[in-house]
Amino acid sequence: MLRSIALWFEERLHLTKLFEATGGHKVPPSTNSWFYVFGSGTLLCFLLQIVTGTCLAFVYVPSTNEAWTSLQYLNNQQFLGWFLRAVHNWGSIFMVGIMTLHLVQTFLFGAYKYPRELTWVSGCFLFLCTLGMAFTGQVLRFDQDAYWGLGIGASIMGRVPLVGAQVVHLMLAGPTIAGETLSRFFSLHVFVVPGMILALVSLHLRLVLTRGINEYPKPGSVVLKESYETEYEDLIKKTGVPFVPNVIGKDLIFSAFLVIAIVTCAVVFGPAGPSGPPNPTLIHTAPKPDFYFLPIYAILALLPAYMETFLLLVAPVIGVALLILLPFYSGTGEKSYRRRPMAVVVVLLAALTAGLLAYLGTFAPWSPHMEAWSSASTPPAYVSGRSALELQGAILIQSKQCRNCHSLGGEGGLRGPALDTVATRLTHDQLIRQVIQGSGNMPAYGKNLRPAEVAALVAFMQTLRPSYQPPARDSTRVAAANPLAKDLRASR
Amino acid sequence: MTQNDQDLSCGCDKPAVAVASVSQSPSRRNLLFKVGAGLNGIAAAFIGVPLLGFVLSTFKRESTETWISLGPMESFPRGETRLAAYRNPVNKPWDGDTAEVPCWVRRIDQESFQVFAINCTHLGCPVRWFQASRLFLCPCHGGAFYEDGSHASGPPPRGLFEYRHKVESGELKVLGGHLPTLAEPL
Repeated sequence: MLRSIALWFEERLHLTKLFEATGGHKVPPSTNSWFYVFGSGTLLCFLLQIVTGTCLAFVYVPSTNEAWTSLQYLNNQQFLGWFLRAVHNWGSIFMVGIMTLHLVQTFLFGAYKYPRELTWVSGCFLFLCTLGMAFTGQVLRFDQDAYWGLGIGASIMGRVPLVGAQVVHLMLAGPTIAGETLSRFFSLHVFVVPGMILALVSLHLRLVLTRGINEYPKPGSVVLKESYETEYEDLIKKTGVPFVPNVIGKDLIFSAFLVIAIVTCAVVFGPAGPSGPPNPTLIHTAPKPDFYFLPIYAILALLPAYMETFLLLVAPVIGVALLILLPFYSGTGEKSYRRRPMAVVVVLLAALTAGLLAYLGTFAPWSPHMEAWSSASTPPAYVSGRSALELQGAILIQSKQCRNCHSLGGEGGLRGPALDTVATRLTHDQLIRQVIQGSGNMPAYGKNLRPAEVAALVAFMQTLRPSYQPPARDSTRVAAANPLAKDLRASR
Repeated sequence: MTQNDQDLSCGCDKPAVAVASVSQSPSRRNLLFKVGAGLNGIAAAFIGVPLLGFVLSTFKRESTETWISLGPMESFPRGETRLAAYRNPVNKPWDGDTAEVPCWVRRIDQESFQVFAINCTHLGCPVRWFQASRLFLCPCHGGAFYEDGSHASGPPPRGLFEYRHKVESGELKVLGGHLPTLAEPL
């Protein structure tokens, strides 16, 4: 009975043929490796995102007036709504992570080389589309971060020469962030970009079938355009094994662990946000991007201003072009990373750079601590035994918001240097000059402080040094006041 | 692909007429193909051009600037800088809170005002006013501006965006309607 049903479908759908041409296609046995599981892992994440995203769309309202409320409803009232939001969020984090591993692995294994150029190119576009999903998804979580994130996106687009204003209007669907902006990003996140991803995945998988999967590279075996294809055909003919069932096992095991990991993270850490409501008049907020964009957030604070527009508009284009065109300027030769030290260095440098910038982004030392002036405490040791004038300075250092950028006893902003030992670095005159005129990243306070206030501030700061370290000394003044010999004696 | 080839070459199940007409006049088949393709090109333009027009309709510079009241000028004390907000003149019913636009109003003396956009000129984050140090500070990348809006320190490439404003029958009005960016300041 079952057999006849199967045969009935087989007759109509030619399923055996389909299987032979797809899942059952022959692959080199060397691809049966734990390094080859990241592609299918990324695809699994994408499928999970489609399923959870579709479910979320049952409830989510893509309207600026309602979106935030519907997210709260999902979190708190809809049965398992919090769980789906969490799985969708962690699915996106894992998707970006596993996809990055897939990119690094195919790069290090030389999989992009002849004749798999198009596989690599389509993969690069998939990478970009996925980052696009990450950004648009962050906007759909329509909270304060999303609102100001859109403002940041618009400000970046506003730096485009000539058509900057037009591009901003196109991105925001009008002159401001408003109702149509969210609708636009909803359409991008739910229809446009996923559609592009589906098309690109089809192309990517079709190429895996037509051009074959990259064999595990042996150091010393070199890709030549003249001979590679016959070598690969020979390899498949002599040793090839069907992907299903011989090689898919590791993919299945990895995928299962992936789903378990995503669900575990979702249950343990819960959904992300939404943070405060997207009301622009609630300005007591410090917008921060999701972790994928932390390196960009960090580098925009750390680069000199004159490089920014270049970095925002030109560098990404060059970087992406170098990545996409990789198989066209490095399409042949050695595949194994063991014989490609520069490739390994590039990966390590990129990982270090992105990792370090993201780490800095998590605590943003460049951002003033907006509440430090009223909330950070002063260590008792810094005020005990001080004169009235010095104590007045200690009060001013709070009330004039110095602590927003300068820390004392580890509390306060990191934008400027900590002031715990400032007296060992700056003399009385230098302190006055720095306060009044500012310099570097410090604004000038000359107009905002009365002379008596400056005197009090500086008097307090001159006490900020450990007992075992001498205060900073103005060598010119000492030299002018004393003959050389006296000066030497004094310093001794 | 292979399925089609089979159909055409063997044509076992196909009606005889179809096979005959296809094999009889290749030039006619070519002509029909060309006409069909051409017609589809025209059809694609019929739907594609308005579609592009729809999608790209916001790719334009013009924004509808309007004079908007921030309230009676007496609500802004002299010598102080206060947060004010107005409802975006180009709002839609479903905009919700996003149609509320905040700005900083500095009243210098009886008649002279300065009205600054909330957006930092670096990347658009909301700047906050600190009365005691008379500075605007940005929470994102640490830009700072003096009370007159000029650049004090940090990455912003220019001073705060400043609204055009006027006092009309005791009300402070600003000319607003778009998000200020470097390409399109206020």
